[in-house]
Amino acid sequence: MKRISISPPVAALLLAVILFLLSGLLPNGYGSDLDVARAQATNILRLSVFLGVIAAGQTLVIISGSEGIDLSAGSVVTLTAILTYVIVNGQDDKVLPALLVSLAVGALIGLLNGAGVTFLKISPFVMTLGMSGVVTGAIIIANHGNVSGKVAPIMTRLIARPLSPGIPIPNAIIIWLLFGLLMWLLLERSSFGKSLFAIGVNRVTAKLSGVNVTGMNLAAYSLAGALAGFGGFLVVGNTGVVMIQLGQPFLFPSIAAVAVGGTLLSGGKGSYWGTMAGTIVLTLITSLLTTMQMPDSVRRMVLGATLLILISIYGRQRSLRQ
Amino acid sequence: MKRSRWDVLMSRYPALFALILFVLSIIINFILQPNMFAKETLNSNMRVFLPIILMSVGQAIVILGGGIDISVGSIVSIVNTVLATRVGLDGSPEKMWQFVFVSLFAGLMAGAINGFFIAYLRLQPIITTYATSFLYAGFALFILPNPGGGIPATIAALYRDTKPLGLPLAFYVIAIILSIWLYISSTRYGKFLFAVGGKPEAAYETAVPVTLMQFSTYVISGFMAALSGIAITMLSGSGNAEIGGSMTLNSITAVVIGGNAMSGGIGGVAGPVMGAITLGVIQNIISFAHIDTWWETLVKATIIVVALAAPGAISLIRRRRS
Repeated sequence: MKRISISPPVAALLLAVILFLLSGLLPNGYGSDLDVARAQATNILRLSVFLGVIAAGQTLVIISGSEGIDLSAGSVVTLTAILTYVIVNGQDDKVLPALLVSLAVGALIGLLNGAGVTFLKISPFVMTLGMSGVVTGAIIIANHGNVSGKVAPIMTRLIARPLSPGIPIPNAIIIWLLFGLLMWLLLERSSFGKSLFAIGVNRVTAKLSGVNVTGMNLAAYSLAGALAGFGGFLVVGNTGVVMIQLGQPFLFPSIAAVAVGGTLLSGGKGSYWGTMAGTIVLTLITSLLTTMQMPDSVRRMVLGATLLILISIYGRQRSLRQ
Repeated sequence: MKRSRWDVLMSRYPALFALILFVLSIIINFILQPNMFAKETLNSNMRVFLPIILMSVGQAIVILGGGIDISVGSIVSIVNTVLATRVGLDGSPEKMWQFVFVSLFAGLMAGAINGFFIAYLRLQPIITTYATSFLYAGFALFILPNPGGGIPATIAALYRDTKPLGLPLAFYVIAIILSIWLYISSTRYGKFLFAVGGKPEAAYETAVPVTLMQFSTYVISGFMAALSGIAITMLSGSGNAEIGGSMTLNSITAVVIGGNAMSGGIGGVAGPVMGAITLGVIQNIISFAHIDTWWETLVKATIIVVALAAPGAISLIRRRRS
């Protein structure tokens, strides 16, 4: 008998669609109103974009293996959001410099993480955790409790509004699709991607086959930092306000999204499509729980239980006997 | 490549660096706070450190076994809310001890749930305990939605002011824990623990009950988290469902500063105990060094990163020289 196997990204996406269809049956769901349903679906997709971009960096470091993880992503998002906010200060022509600064600052922090992990042999978990503390500390000093700035009108138009009034799809979703395509090219169609998966599976064999393991590791962390920086830029473009706790709520969901999308947390196996699907599922569940008007306690328990069920379905590791 | 003497020392005694750091931080603290070793000061410090020490010991066991437990903070919250709501400010001591047993049982159960999913269903530890941390935190919030309740003042005083032979209660607790660990590490269980953490596949092939061992580490961690919850409840005397949230990552940092490898199989319990005390002492140093409030987070995080980086940096320099 042939076993039916569905790849994790497809399974996660199917799950998202089923959940969304079921959510229409809720008392305050969209019912039979198709326009409302479409608007809700678009809104959930739009909300997924930010977590999706931040989780992209997470996907890279997790694929790179050796317990790779980036716990500094949340604070980098906050930092670059604040930087963007301050640099742009309401002027359209400052948007591009702000984007470049966000990417550069993110990449620099990522590079420091990578250096600590690669040269000083600090475990990625605590290295990035410590870096997160340092960045948060820097934010507190630079911020001193209040920042003055403003997002530019062009950012809101590029990120939050639709491309043209005729198509009700916010630009953020289109940016995300293009971004997903780039990530796919990077992971599946470039030598960088090949090497990344190679060091994720086995660093020694990768090194013996001529992969520059040190360079790859540094590159993975730097890129992850830059992507978190890009995430911060997008987040502030959407919300229009900044606060010290802006980025932290994205941190663990970004890891959960990667895991739900079928990427092994031990590295070497995974895809960005999976992360995208995982992001949509997580965002959907969170927003459903919010609309269902449950007390915070029940909401957390349901979220925890759902996450457990999700990872039980396809997050299982190899059995010891094999 | 010939290993330097420092490398050999570090790999033979993983807690050596923790000891150096521990002594160094205490000396600095002593300079800034000359009455540090006065009976009252010592006791007031140690009773604050004890909850995180207990939690770090449980975390150390899980990490030695090759896992990680992110749900410990939420278990502390459950214990805290159970004690604060069920015993109450005017409860009798009998009721308190009764619910101390209930709390310990709750901790064991929470740990068993983690262990079941990770050891028997073979889910990935980080994401599983992240999911259960939501489950447990939600449950704690369900028991006590708003901060309040408490335990009788007489029982809180028992924890705060008990000083057998003039030494803080925490000293005796640490002594008991270390002697238990000294015994356990020489038994078969101890050997199995290191084997499972080092290389589970190899351990499995040499007939070590890997699944049972992994399961047991989470149960121990749940139990230690419950003890930590009891200690912090007796310290604060009141209930708050968010009390444990910030402790989790500190316990992991304490374990790593204590010289245990995040990948498992290397280290012990004495190191993490010193690591936990060091973290507390660093906090003390910062408050006694009269650092500007704005700078506190950055200074603390930088000290921790430097402490994490130092062993790696030293062996890097020594390798360059030789």
